[in-house]
Amino acid sequence: MNAELRTQLAYLPDYLGQHMLLSFAALGLGILISLPLALALTQSERWRRPVVAGVAAIQTIPALALLALMVPLFRAIGFAPALAALTLYSMLPMVRNTITGIADIDPRLLEAGRGLGLTERQLLFKVQLPLAVPVIVAGIRTAAVWVVGMATLSTPVGATSLGNYIFSGLQTQNYTAVLVGCVAAAVLALTLDQLIRLLEAGLRRRERGSAMVAATLLAALVGIAVALTWQPASADRDVRIGAKTFTEQYILARLIATRLESAGFPASVLDSLGSAVAFDALTTGRIDTYVDYSGTIWANYMGRTDNPGRAAITAGVADWLATEHGVAGVIPLGFENSYALAVRRADAEALGLKTIADLASHAGDLRLAADYEFFGRPEWASLQLNYGLAFAERLSMDSTLMYQALQAGEVDVITAFSTDGRIAAYDLVVLADPREALPPYDALLLVSGAAVQQQAGILPVLAGLRRAISNEQMRAANRLVDLDGASVAAAVTRLEGAE
Amino acid sequence: MISLRDVSKTFPGARQAAVQSLSFDVPRHSLTVLLGASGSGKTTTLKLINRLETPSAGVIRLDGTDTRTLDPVALRRRCGYVVQGIGLFPHLTVGDNIGLLPRTLGWSTARCKARVAELLNLVQLPAAEFAHRYPDELSGGQQQRVGVARALATEPAVLLMDEPFGALDPATRSLLQTELKRLQAGLELTIVMVTHDVTEALTLADQIIVFAAGQSVFAGTPAELLASPVPAVQALLAAPRQQLAALQELQSASA
Repeated sequence: MNAELRTQLAYLPDYLGQHMLLSFAALGLGILISLPLALALTQSERWRRPVVAGVAAIQTIPALALLALMVPLFRAIGFAPALAALTLYSMLPMVRNTITGIADIDPRLLEAGRGLGLTERQLLFKVQLPLAVPVIVAGIRTAAVWVVGMATLSTPVGATSLGNYIFSGLQTQNYTAVLVGCVAAAVLALTLDQLIRLLEAGLRRRERGSAMVAATLLAALVGIAVALTWQPASADRDVRIGAKTFTEQYILARLIATRLESAGFPASVLDSLGSAVAFDALTTGRIDTYVDYSGTIWANYMGRTDNPGRAAITAGVADWLATEHGVAGVIPLGFENSYALAVRRADAEALGLKTIADLASHAGDLRLAADYEFFGRPEWASLQLNYGLAFAERLSMDSTLMYQALQAGEVDVITAFSTDGRIAAYDLVVLADPREALPPYDALLLVSGAAVQQQAGILPVLAGLRRAISNEQMRAANRLVDLDGASVAAAVTRLEGAE
Repeated sequence: MISLRDVSKTFPGARQAAVQSLSFDVPRHSLTVLLGASGSGKTTTLKLINRLETPSAGVIRLDGTDTRTLDPVALRRRCGYVVQGIGLFPHLTVGDNIGLLPRTLGWSTARCKARVAELLNLVQLPAAEFAHRYPDELSGGQQQRVGVARALATEPAVLLMDEPFGALDPATRSLLQTELKRLQAGLELTIVMVTHDVTEALTLADQIIVFAAGQSVFAGTPAELLASPVPAVQALLAAPRQQLAALQELQSASA
């Protein structure tokens, strides 16, 4: 077994356990809601269509969006919003199959039942429901496979799952991790599907033996999930570190964890959070600390569109965080990771591009690629306002893929991150921003007030990172992971050694 | 026992009445056959009696009581019902099929079990061998016996049968017909049976009602039927008469 695989498998008990717990809870809750709902709907012609249409409409919401919608609804991240989204998502096959299964029963059997003198209710429970069981169970099996698959998407809303492998693996180009996540999810889905099938077949053919075996194995799976995720209660809880969905964040989160643990504070990392999810998580106490960027807070959370300069923005941000959200520590790490527009060197020379202003007259012939959030961010509005950019095409894509797309000539301009090692590696030219349309993005380590209240000792430890990382060091660390295929741990070691 | 007076049934949206101004009496402990071609209204009439269908007009009385004043479920429990195509529940064993209604009525397990055994023996299927089997493990004739046993589970005085022997081979049909007569005599049942088989009607019936296009065109004994000049009756009798003639011709030729 290669070393990387072994490293990844070490996460398996935690990720798989959480994934199973989430999936089982959602499926169980889904069954408890869907079956009675479907039974009620078989009795009401009037409600059947609108309710089934409503349940079906849930399916049209992209799974990731449904999960994201639950975060503001629950005012929380993690298990609860993920459970709610997965439960809603599981309902359609179960509701529809139950209704169909009951409706499709041979009308002569219903007439026989009525003729015997069964009431409609007795008919439902003694004849229709038992006869519909195979169809209902088929619905449950479909739901089980969907839920296990969709649970991988709950990572960005802060629920640990096998998706942690996939999201972080995709960002850090660690395809071993992606593969482990996919295989584990597939095996789990198929196992669940087959065990439910076995249980149903056993019950239907009245083979007590195989039904018992299936029921025992299903119970064992639940037991395993609980055992894997069971953590004995302890007075000193872990310091929880958040990380957004890109390489730099994974490295910094591990670096912070390393620092805390060597100072005697147990720490855990909550990977791959959406940008706004991470901020919410800090202010609501779901995580204790994470790294954000001054410009992001300035523009996105404070809603400011002016640019008074680097120092003023950092000071303004720190002040706002302390007064509005009780953030106890705002520690500049020393490097800046700004948004910047980057082009291929050949284009820069051919078109004479040095600044974003130079870009404006050529924009109509060029294609711009940005990360998922950029076009929704105030920075994009500011760029358009200041430079009047109208590109031929605008594409949103995964930030990892932007650089490759630019190099391959599939796009012409990208929103690069200034600390990204690929700028130098791919020989890209970063365009200057003379009108200061883009705010500065100093990396700030944020520590919540609640965390400091519980464990005052963590603040001095984290303060040790103040101005500890230069732009060059961060870029080198990112490059190690993104281009040289090194692990996040190796990048942390490099950063620690560099100081 | 059962009386129909000017009973009509028009299904919603239908242009013609399925059953029109029907009047006849079913005497106690008799076997009345409703005879006619497909679509002549005989099955609808049967369902009107236990209110699986509600009459559009007219009065049906059971033991003198207007059935409209009875709870339909209670009414059906007083009338055993054997449906066309048997209608045994495939997910229940033979014993559970028969015991379904008694259990629903709250009979004790022991009483249910005893009743199931009694009924199975009555229809010539030893309980020890058949009670735990599933319907799909039985032959057509055996399934039909179970259907009859199930209809008799709560000792109804009336048995309504919709083409009970239609799907059986002639030998089995004949055997079951004989058994039905024996059962009827033993249990003093009042039976209303739907069939399109003239021979079956002649063999079993005390009274035959002939249906044509939703109306009763003849009511009388089998002997009266054979002598009836009614064209619809003559048409019904044509086929068996031809068969009989052909048979006799063959016999005299080989003799």
